[in-house]
Amino acid sequence: MSTPLEHDYIGLAETSSMERSSEKLSSSSSSSIPSIEDKTSKTANDTCLNLKETELRLGLPGSQSPERKLSLFGQDLETNDKSNGFAGSSPLKNLVSGAKRGFSDAIDGSNGKWVFSMNGKSDVELAKGAALASPRVGLDSKTNSQQAKTSASVMKEVVGVPQSPKPVQDKNNLVPPVNDHAIAPASKAQVVGWPPIRSFRKNSMASNLAKNSDEGAGCLYVKVSMDGAPYLRKVDLKTYNNYMEFSSALEKMFSCFTIGQCNSSGLPARDGLSESRLMDLLHGSEYVLTYEDKDGDWMLVGDVPWEMFTDSCRRLRIMKGSEAIGLAPRAMEKCKNQN
Amino acid sequence: MESSELKRSKDSVNSCESARRSSFPDEVLERVLSLLKSHRDRSSVSLVCKDWYNAERWSRTHVFIGNCYSVSPEIVARRFPRIRSVTLKGKPRFSDFNLVPENWGADIHAWLVVFAAEYPFLEELRLKRMAISDESLEFLAVSFPNFKALSLLSCDGFSTNGLAAIATHCKNLTELDIQENGIDDIGGSWLSCFPESFTTLEVLNFANLTSDINFDALEKLVGRCKSMRVLKLNRSVSLEQLQRLLVNAPQLAELGTGLFSQELTIREYEELESALSNCKNMHTLSGLWDATGIYLPALYLACTHLTFLNLSYAALQSVELAKLLAHCPQLKRLWVLDTVEDKGLEAVGLNCPLLEELRVFPADPFDDEIVHGVTEAGFVAVSFGCPRLHYVLYFCRQMTNAAVATIVQNCPDFTHFRLCIMNPGQPDYLTNEPMDEAFGAVVRTCTKLQRLSVSGLLTDLTFEYIGRYAKNLETLSVAFAGRSDWGMQCVLGGCPKLRKLEIRDCPFGNAALLSGLEKYESMRSLWMSACNVTMNGCRLLAREMPWLNVEVMKEDGSDDSQADKVYVYRSIAGPRRDAPPSVLTL
Repeated sequence: MSTPLEHDYIGLAETSSMERSSEKLSSSSSSSIPSIEDKTSKTANDTCLNLKETELRLGLPGSQSPERKLSLFGQDLETNDKSNGFAGSSPLKNLVSGAKRGFSDAIDGSNGKWVFSMNGKSDVELAKGAALASPRVGLDSKTNSQQAKTSASVMKEVVGVPQSPKPVQDKNNLVPPVNDHAIAPASKAQVVGWPPIRSFRKNSMASNLAKNSDEGAGCLYVKVSMDGAPYLRKVDLKTYNNYMEFSSALEKMFSCFTIGQCNSSGLPARDGLSESRLMDLLHGSEYVLTYEDKDGDWMLVGDVPWEMFTDSCRRLRIMKGSEAIGLAPRAMEKCKNQN
Repeated sequence: MESSELKRSKDSVNSCESARRSSFPDEVLERVLSLLKSHRDRSSVSLVCKDWYNAERWSRTHVFIGNCYSVSPEIVARRFPRIRSVTLKGKPRFSDFNLVPENWGADIHAWLVVFAAEYPFLEELRLKRMAISDESLEFLAVSFPNFKALSLLSCDGFSTNGLAAIATHCKNLTELDIQENGIDDIGGSWLSCFPESFTTLEVLNFANLTSDINFDALEKLVGRCKSMRVLKLNRSVSLEQLQRLLVNAPQLAELGTGLFSQELTIREYEELESALSNCKNMHTLSGLWDATGIYLPALYLACTHLTFLNLSYAALQSVELAKLLAHCPQLKRLWVLDTVEDKGLEAVGLNCPLLEELRVFPADPFDDEIVHGVTEAGFVAVSFGCPRLHYVLYFCRQMTNAAVATIVQNCPDFTHFRLCIMNPGQPDYLTNEPMDEAFGAVVRTCTKLQRLSVSGLLTDLTFEYIGRYAKNLETLSVAFAGRSDWGMQCVLGGCPKLRKLEIRDCPFGNAALLSGLEKYESMRSLWMSACNVTMNGCRLLAREMPWLNVEVMKEDGSDDSQADKVYVYRSIAGPRRDAPPSVLTL
């Protein structure tokens, strides 16, 4: 199914859920919706195609530019490629030129490991923006952010289209594959005012979700940012048992940045990078590892027991020492001494 | 007051003659009727004869107006001269879900102006889905010296400055109840506007405001208001602060905590537990934001006599809920988030045999890739354990016809059955059939059913069932359902007690709309949005039924012949004059 390619970018690691979501979105291929769907699938397709023409696109990686002709969309929708579209790069090759580069180009197909291309930054920005917009689509326009306003108004416009009087038309089409600027895992297009939950409750839950890190059953993903790095990473805190494991994992993730830093600041480059701990590396290179806790305060990593840390950590930031005044006096002293 | 006295003596002169025929002098009749509280009973009484009509209108002190546009403030004031308490509802219910344009109307100000002239001794005002400005609140605060109770639910247009005006000027205030509103929360300083000498507050609810309030001011306020029985705090109040408040207010009957998550020492925890358990009168508990398993045990002792527990802002897991419920044997009403999952609902069935109302809200309504939440199994489990269940609001992602049939067999006394299968048009996930039989079972078995919300994949058969069996149904909400006009026609042709019908995204067109011509006059209102109704159909309706207001809300850029959103209601006040340009009155 090539539809997923234009809709989601995160499914690369969670392909099965993406396939499921794209099944729902692409009404023609869905099997969960009963047979009535088949009769109207053609009209649904037409409707969906029209919507695609008009919809606002953020150009997610792997997606096609709006200049694509209608027929190409039709072709894509009808391509019932059930294979895992992300296992290798072959389905991607089906995309004609004009497809936006991004994560998809950088996938190491064999084990799904992520390798970020340097183009990734804009996509991450988009992802962040989309993540902000997503839970608020359909919310009270007063509280919407600018992006959400755009998506909300497009939502309204789009939802308006299938309302043409067709008495027998299955209203399932009202949740068309539109405007999927969603956080991962992709939520499907939101109909205005559905499910029927009051704004206040929606807003409180949305702000709770925004605050909490993504939690599935037994995982605790938090974002890790590093000053000067062009993109962020996400780590699952539950996969580590103590600070040592955690720091070596972080070090592996961000080593490509810190090596350069070490050298440019004149500090001795370390041999056998894999043996050194991130803490030392950071202290040596004027970086400090900090985290934001549940109360919104920025704290130094390492002060509290590991379990307490994972309970309260919302996100991490690898800060430049110069900014960490008051947080990490030891680091500052070390730098001073070394200089 | 003088003019009404004059009127009164005129009336009694007229009725003196009839008094010779009737056995009751007016004063006695009025005294008897003044004991009637239900506005429906009062309406019936007023229809008996002219004497009774007059006696009723002179003895009525509370008026309930379900649709602010069905009548004008002048008409109300003319008929009921002695009103002390007003309840007013404004916008159609779907405005809660952003389906109604912002400037639609339902502004309270015109009412306040009339009330200030006719009811200077007004004491209570309860508003739902009305538009109120800060200026209106200030006007209210200064115009009614006896003003006691203000309750605002789902209203918008005001800010915390308006609340400051109320706090400053209303010397006799007993109730300030600010429920979920579109309030512009500028800051918490309004709370500090209550004067030092002010001691009469009994109900204070600011749970849905977000700004920090001055805790010192709050503590003093609670300390000097010895009659306070309802206190609902907002998130900014910490556990430690809660403890300090409770120590001074053990008489509280309803408590809404603030944030239920904080690092406490053992001593602080014990103090909190003790303060909570000292509230011997506590029957309602809410708030509990961010509550986790760590501090919930502090509540255990306080829950012994609890009848209403609102956990809908606490994302609890099933185990945490189960442990808590073990201490709530008297529970009658429970609101939870679907994070408790089916296992949590099993615990409800096991621990709460007296349960009458259950509401399960979705923690994550817009993300249905995560397989969380509750299913039909949880609902069934509750129905086995709670035979007295009569009110349910249930958000889920899957349901079966068989499960619903079992549920209503276990709980035949449903008065309110609101089932929301969150994916529009979703069938029975086991059989892939429509959910018609589920709702058929509901209306056949639950003869007392007053309110029904349907969802899932539904054909016209559902509506045949509803029209045929739902003899007591008053409110029906329909979304993404039905196949043809026939469905809606069945409902309008049956359901003798139908008052409110709200429909969105259904294939009902003009034939359906026009099949209810006479019916609409016995109803409060009809809402139809994203259906197949055209402007011509609406015009026809308006022409045939002069006592109905037919309003069409136009969306930008939509087809001119389609009536995107239609709101029809009966009115003796005629078409309204304050409609914005996007609302056409036909």
